[in-house]
Amino acid sequence: MNSFFARKYVIQGIFIAVTLIIIARLFYIQIIDDSYLLSANNNVLRKVVVYPARGVVFDRNGEVLVQNEPVYDLLVTPIEAKDIDTVLLCNLIDIDVKGYESRMKKARSHSPYRASIFEKQLSATTYAKLQEHLYKLRGFYVQNRTVRSYPDSIAPQLLGYIQEVNDKNIEDSKGFYRPGDYIGASGIERSYEHLLRGQRGVKNQMVDALNRPQGIFMEGKYDTLAISGEGLIATLDLKLQRLGEELMKGKMGSIVAIEPSTGEILSFVSAPSYDPNMMVGRQRGNNYMKLLDDQTKPMFIRPIQASYPPGSIFKVVAALTAQQAGVIDEHTVFNCPGGYSYGGGRGFMRCAGGVHGSMSLIRSIQTSCNTYYGHAYARMIDSRGMPRPQAYDLWRDAMLKFGLGIKLGIDLPGEQPGLIATSEYHTKRYGNDKWTSSFNISQSIGQGALGITPLQMANIVAIVANRGFYYRPHLVKGIGEDRKVKPEFTEKISAGVDAKYYEPVIEGMSRAVSQGTARSVRIPDVEMCAKTGTVQNPHGENHAVFFAFAPRENPKIAIAVFVENAGYGGTWAGPIASMMIEKYLKDTITLPKYIQDRIYNANFLPKPKPTEVKQEDTKNKQQDKKVNTQAHVATNEKKEYYVHHSQIRKYYE
Amino acid sequence: MNKLGENSFFGRIDWLMVFVWLALCIIGWFNIHAAVYDAAQPGLFNLATNYGKQSLYIFTALIIGFSILIIDEKFFISSAPIIYFIVILLLIAVLIVGRNVGGNQAWIPIGSFRLQPSEFGKLATCLLLAFYLSSQTNKNPDLKTLAIASLIILFPVALVMLQPDTGSALAFFALIFVLYREGYVGTNLLLLGGLAIILFVLSLLFNQWAIIGTIAIISILFGYLLRKKRKYLINIGIVFIASSIYVLCVDFAYEHILQSHQRNRIDIILGKMDDPRGQGYNLNQSKIAIGSGQLFGKGYLQGTQTKYNFVPEQSTDFIFCTIGEEWGFIGSVILVGLYLLLLLRLLHIAERQRTAFARIYAYGVASILFFHFFINIGMTIGIVPVIGIPLPFISYGGSSLWSFTILLFILLRFDSRRKGLNG
Repeated sequence: MNSFFARKYVIQGIFIAVTLIIIARLFYIQIIDDSYLLSANNNVLRKVVVYPARGVVFDRNGEVLVQNEPVYDLLVTPIEAKDIDTVLLCNLIDIDVKGYESRMKKARSHSPYRASIFEKQLSATTYAKLQEHLYKLRGFYVQNRTVRSYPDSIAPQLLGYIQEVNDKNIEDSKGFYRPGDYIGASGIERSYEHLLRGQRGVKNQMVDALNRPQGIFMEGKYDTLAISGEGLIATLDLKLQRLGEELMKGKMGSIVAIEPSTGEILSFVSAPSYDPNMMVGRQRGNNYMKLLDDQTKPMFIRPIQASYPPGSIFKVVAALTAQQAGVIDEHTVFNCPGGYSYGGGRGFMRCAGGVHGSMSLIRSIQTSCNTYYGHAYARMIDSRGMPRPQAYDLWRDAMLKFGLGIKLGIDLPGEQPGLIATSEYHTKRYGNDKWTSSFNISQSIGQGALGITPLQMANIVAIVANRGFYYRPHLVKGIGEDRKVKPEFTEKISAGVDAKYYEPVIEGMSRAVSQGTARSVRIPDVEMCAKTGTVQNPHGENHAVFFAFAPRENPKIAIAVFVENAGYGGTWAGPIASMMIEKYLKDTITLPKYIQDRIYNANFLPKPKPTEVKQEDTKNKQQDKKVNTQAHVATNEKKEYYVHHSQIRKYYE
Repeated sequence: MNKLGENSFFGRIDWLMVFVWLALCIIGWFNIHAAVYDAAQPGLFNLATNYGKQSLYIFTALIIGFSILIIDEKFFISSAPIIYFIVILLLIAVLIVGRNVGGNQAWIPIGSFRLQPSEFGKLATCLLLAFYLSSQTNKNPDLKTLAIASLIILFPVALVMLQPDTGSALAFFALIFVLYREGYVGTNLLLLGGLAIILFVLSLLFNQWAIIGTIAIISILFGYLLRKKRKYLINIGIVFIASSIYVLCVDFAYEHILQSHQRNRIDIILGKMDDPRGQGYNLNQSKIAIGSGQLFGKGYLQGTQTKYNFVPEQSTDFIFCTIGEEWGFIGSVILVGLYLLLLLRLLHIAERQRTAFARIYAYGVASILFFHFFINIGMTIGIVPVIGIPLPFISYGGSSLWSFTILLFILLRFDSRRKGLNG
């Protein structure tokens, strides 16, 4: 002890003060300020998205239409990739050294420490080869994921495809999608996207200071599981669809088959078609461009996007609506001198069957008499005791009730409404409202300013089969495990014509098969009711149309077949419809072999050099020139409304 | 006076000190284990790992410590100049043959271990300082003695600065407490020096007018309390005016004299600037690790920040991060409390010594341990600049553990032989 002993207390005081400062600071950063905890979690936690499996799509009998197939993405963490045998890797995944360098550069610019995709969607075989050598390729690893696969390679336009989301998708989804996600881009992949996609899971991956994964945070306590997308049961019948696509090979057009009692679409063929598997995998981009460039437009969904003047099948609607309007009845008879003369004899609409003489309603359907419907239309427009535009509007309303000129509301994106021209349209064309039925008489037989999609055609048959109502045609009959159906597809919609008016029309359609225009495609032991049509096409061969339902009582299937540039409906579309119906009802085909062969071997695809096709069936061809010109001007003007057959052709030529 | 053990050799050792020493070593070992823990490489005594080596160092330190306890204390007094001389030689040698690690040429490789002479420099300096000051017969401290004592301290400082290892060099300045205790430095100087450092930091952190205002309020408060004593009032007035001018000068110097990169460095230290990937990275990650420990910590081996290498140097200079993260506020306070206990016990032991040598030496030990404790923990929680010095007995490293152990155990040896005790 010496004289400076008291200084001990100063030093003690300093030691204690400093310790208290340290404790106060610890108290602040450990207990008061929570931001350090947050930063620590940001440091160490990476939320890794776990992708759910997309929902599988089945046909109506439980066959798989769309499934998921594993593919393998090759990832690289650039900083770890050292001493890589570049040549080996390039050979394994089939790229060149230049490609290796550019991929590596891209990955490095993304982040040297984090894994980024080096090559996407390697197949299982490539992966197997690669796996043997992976231990030599430091910094490379493989991550598996799934892509869509279509075991039967059918119905691409209906099933649609998925693609990586774009910026707009991301923005519209309010953050649901993130770059690199996939989204349904067309078909039911798109319309049922929110069900098929499932729910993403999140894994709380811990990483170290160099972003290397280090295990799962809290043994997964805060992780969420990915929930697989809902499975869908499509209304499609796989076998029927396959047959339809076979039959439509080498042709352009559509087949739509509907179960009338439910509105379920049994077959949905858009020809020409393509293999949906083309839209998957590493060649997707090339294939996509190829399909876009194809002059036959395989990605055009003809059943809902192409609209044509319907031709003679329209007479079915005309007969029904005229009865409902009271301008004709079952017993109304018109004389057919071989055509309908109008406009004070200035125009003449020739009848395909020559001179029919006295024509009843039933026979008019059976023989497809133009004269009868010229008269019926004239009564609808000219003789209702009201200004003609007003009468025309009533006529048009009746058409809309049949689902024409409107979207039917199918569960598929891109549906077109078709076109039923308005009275204003005709008034504008004519110059004033003093026009009569003569001005647009071709509409009476399904020509002129009418645009109807194959789906709408099939829906007309379904209405007839049901005697007056329809369900919205749809492609998905069951969602998820409890097989829910969307409520809008169970709503019965009236076509506005009383049931009693259907019998004469159905009788006429039945006779058309038993003794009329569709004789050649009868099915043994099945009473089929049908109507042929041959759509006048000034740009080339006529379009063949046929629609039918069967059996007559308690109908099971209603079908519309449209074959572009084929010729006579009974010759080309009829056999296709007949085979489809028989296949569906009896699972056999009894149509004579030579007819089958003729259909299978037919090729109506445009040739590289368009040549004049010899017109063999010209019975229905000669129409009033004036009317036709009018109609085509109309369709040209209404481009944005619907695609007229003539415009479709333009793409091909 | 014949309590059990008092006559035996070990009975006179300050067991509380030995207990605190051992506790710190064990805490250190566990946290080194946690800091470098790798589930893929188990085995607590694997010599390939830091904690495996540390267990070896602790064991060796134990042997060294108890060896010291049986050496005659007069040996340390008489050999103080020789030890000092040898360490100086080593400090020169390290500049020539030393291995450069992380920019500092501070290690002499011996087999698979590396010797860090600067750690032993503190020991040697303490010994020589005690040797020199205790040999002064003059009752009143004079300037000549102060000058020589300063030279004893500054000579190794200069050599360490050449490595350059600023952190270790600064530790020698802690010996100012020894000079203060022995009367070579006045209380006012010590307090004013402390005040100057505090005001310096504050004036960089806050608006200078706010600081001056605060000083004014404190001055008025003191002035009111001491209003009877004219002498203090004048002193308070002088201190207030001087402080205000000083604060303004510091601010001016900071804004106008320092280069921008120097300003950056100071800003980061003071947390005024966010630069998580640059110079402030270590500090930022260190604070995140400790701060995320919260009250109870994340639990042993559960610290994510230290386990996944976000904190650099985590088994050596930043070992406190592991403690803060895994043991939380409670664990941290216990550790800080242990250090305070150690330091106060050292002062207590110092004052009960009968020889000037032992007392001066004890103050040297206390000063150096205090400096390391304050600067090391202070830098991990961001209250002092990042200066790379180890946390005594806890940080990984043989040289530092051995030198601190020797430092402490020599004192325990003196303490056990202090006059007035039986035997």
